[in-house]
Amino acid sequence: MKRRDFFAVLGGGIMVLLEDEIIAQETGGPRRGGAVPVEIGAWLHIGSTGEVTVYTGKVEVGQNARTSLTQAVVEELHTPPATVKMVMADTDLTPFDIGTVGSMTTPRMWPQIRRAAAAAREMLLDLAAQKWSVDRASLTIADGKVSAGGRSAGFGELAHGEKWTRSIPSSVPLAEATAWKVAGKSLPKVNGRDMVTGAHKYSYDLKRPGMLHAKVLYPPQFGATLVSLDTSAAEAMPGVKVVHEGNFVAVAAPEPDTTAKALAALKAEWKPVTAEADSRSVFQYFKQTARDGAAAAGSLTPYTIAYIAHVPLEPRAAVAEWEGGKVTVWTGSQRPFGVRSELAQAFGIAEEKARVIVPDTGSGYGGKHNGDAALEAARIAKAVGKPVKRNWTREEEMTWAYFRPGGLIEVSGKAAADGAITEWEFHNYNSGGSGLQSPYSIPGKKEQFHQTKSPLRQGSYRGLAATANHFVRESYMDELALSVKLDPLEFRLKNARDERLRNVILAASDKFGWKARQKTAGRGFGIAAGFEKGSYVGTCAEVSVDPKTGAVKVLRTVVAFECGAVVNPEHLRNQVEGAIVMGLGGALFEEIQFGEGKIATNRLARYRVPRFADVPVIESVLLDRKDLASAGAGETPIVGIAPAIGNAIFDANGKRIRRLPLMT
Amino acid sequence: MARVTELLVNGGRRRIDADSDRTLLSVLRDDLDLTGTKFGCGEGQCAACTVLVDGTATKACITKVGAMAGKRIVTIEGLAPEGKLHPVQQAFLDADALQCGYCTPGMILGAVALLGRTPNPSEAEIVSGMNGHICRCGTYPRVVHAIRSAAGKGGLA
Repeated sequence: MKRRDFFAVLGGGIMVLLEDEIIAQETGGPRRGGAVPVEIGAWLHIGSTGEVTVYTGKVEVGQNARTSLTQAVVEELHTPPATVKMVMADTDLTPFDIGTVGSMTTPRMWPQIRRAAAAAREMLLDLAAQKWSVDRASLTIADGKVSAGGRSAGFGELAHGEKWTRSIPSSVPLAEATAWKVAGKSLPKVNGRDMVTGAHKYSYDLKRPGMLHAKVLYPPQFGATLVSLDTSAAEAMPGVKVVHEGNFVAVAAPEPDTTAKALAALKAEWKPVTAEADSRSVFQYFKQTARDGAAAAGSLTPYTIAYIAHVPLEPRAAVAEWEGGKVTVWTGSQRPFGVRSELAQAFGIAEEKARVIVPDTGSGYGGKHNGDAALEAARIAKAVGKPVKRNWTREEEMTWAYFRPGGLIEVSGKAAADGAITEWEFHNYNSGGSGLQSPYSIPGKKEQFHQTKSPLRQGSYRGLAATANHFVRESYMDELALSVKLDPLEFRLKNARDERLRNVILAASDKFGWKARQKTAGRGFGIAAGFEKGSYVGTCAEVSVDPKTGAVKVLRTVVAFECGAVVNPEHLRNQVEGAIVMGLGGALFEEIQFGEGKIATNRLARYRVPRFADVPVIESVLLDRKDLASAGAGETPIVGIAPAIGNAIFDANGKRIRRLPLMT
Repeated sequence: MARVTELLVNGGRRRIDADSDRTLLSVLRDDLDLTGTKFGCGEGQCAACTVLVDGTATKACITKVGAMAGKRIVTIEGLAPEGKLHPVQQAFLDADALQCGYCTPGMILGAVALLGRTPNPSEAEIVSGMNGHICRCGTYPRVVHAIRSAAGKGGLA
């Protein structure tokens, strides 16, 4: 296994993030797959009419990677955007990729595609110089053409549709960010038209000839086992096929309604199980099951974090088709190669005997890292000998997918009279290690993540545990500020040495008007800041709190965000705003309620997500650092909103709420 | 079981053969391959399945196809039949009012219906009129902007 470390300058020191660790955290498993291909042709192909096909294993889930990677190509290759076609996330066509996880598309894939495009540009210049026997320096390249004097040739004419095996040179010249013409600009979403016309086919929409629609019989409780099954009524229905392999039971039929009726006609008896924890007892359960033992609770202040659901609007879906011992699956997943491995393992086949294709997907937010629907579809398709479609319902998505982990976080600290933090101890049970480390300069701080058991299936989520860790850290920062009677902004600036952190705090508070804020009854103002995955965020919020009911309304928020050189300002703003809106849910009201091995909040009528009426005025300040490499932006803007709101509530009514969600 | 044999969809008569108690959403998607109408929740909570029925925004996932006799249905595929985008579609693109796009067809048809009954809505009217639609990517402020912009340009259906 090749370890390629990457570095992030943090405060005065250097923090080393091992890519493998991040992948393990995101996916729950080790890295698989081979070396990154070096030849140009693995990444990019120029067709005979000059069309440029680019291959990447990344998926498009709304974060606009399809557009930003197109910008990378256009910037370096000098071809119009319309000539670029991105082939994304097809395991037979695209180089291996670990997955669209950890905000790594921009820092890792974007430069990779730029280098491939730049190498192709150099190759085209070489070909033109040879063709015309002219000095390479006399050539110009623009708009999909190479020109010299009066002569001009299109890329297609020069490339002859050949696959280029030349290696991408490590020193290939790249455009400086200050000179970018297409990168750094707001190129519109490249396939936006297909979305607004309904032409785009998501996995949920796909059909294959002769395909059956399938449903799976799930147990009434997590972990329940099948005792008996009567399939006779279902099998008597015309066209219905029943698949029964151990605990796995599924039905398939040509029409989806018949499938639903067949599922209802199955008579199953399940052996119940006793659940170890419910949504009330789970926080104690975390501490009791900590693998390394729990820290002494004495002077620590506990905060709790609820499990929440991703609720991607497109539920899990897959279509699977077997042909000659090879299975092809179309599915919405953030890890197509991970799903390929799951298929290979499940069916005992070589990885080349499984092909996974991910159409642009109806969102993920870290919630679609595995191949649940793909495996079910492939299994049923194999058993019935026909292509099978397996679309999850909303209830299935909210029960049988995985959740953002719940957690118990205990914290203590002290500040000197001048505001300098002198002690800091922070224990996170189960939420996760992302964003655990304080970005403030604190001597001798102690921060620990404790692995525990989880009563629910859990996994990645936008920002992972950085939201939980920032919520607790930034709430407790205000508790410490209060202990030394310092303004929250002043207190943060006192302890923030990292210039980039200071910049986002100052930019957010300036735009918000922090210093000029006017306190009125029932209104409160909060601030929070943070760092994660190479980018920085400062967030201010204004809330109103109903003095009788305690109901919170977020009125206004200002977010300052810095992720190095901005690749696409409009899409970045869209991500920042979207993260704030999504973060409002986890901050204020989202909470998975469960007990006796069942999810009580398994439908949208029972699980509230943010809607139009919940959205405050959102103002974003983008700090464009053209001197720094571009970092990802899909996750980090989410981490500041919950603590900013929590701090604003305290400012409004003096109540410190030490749980997420803040409203119950 | 009563059968439904015809639907008026996107300006044409479409032959179908469906139980009258099937959902309009299933018939549109599975029988007529009009998959621009999305499944999001199946309980009328997210409005991703919104279509226009005689000009009114209707959640197809909780509407029986048996109730559609003689009614004119417009899906997202019928909004720009000649390839020229409807002003609301164009406004969504101009405002970058989408990320993954899964809620977008329902949002657009909800907006068209809203502008049909309130040609020049205030921000509060847009928020209350669209509050049944869920966008998990959080593009709500941009959708509000797009609808206001379309209203200014005569975004009537």
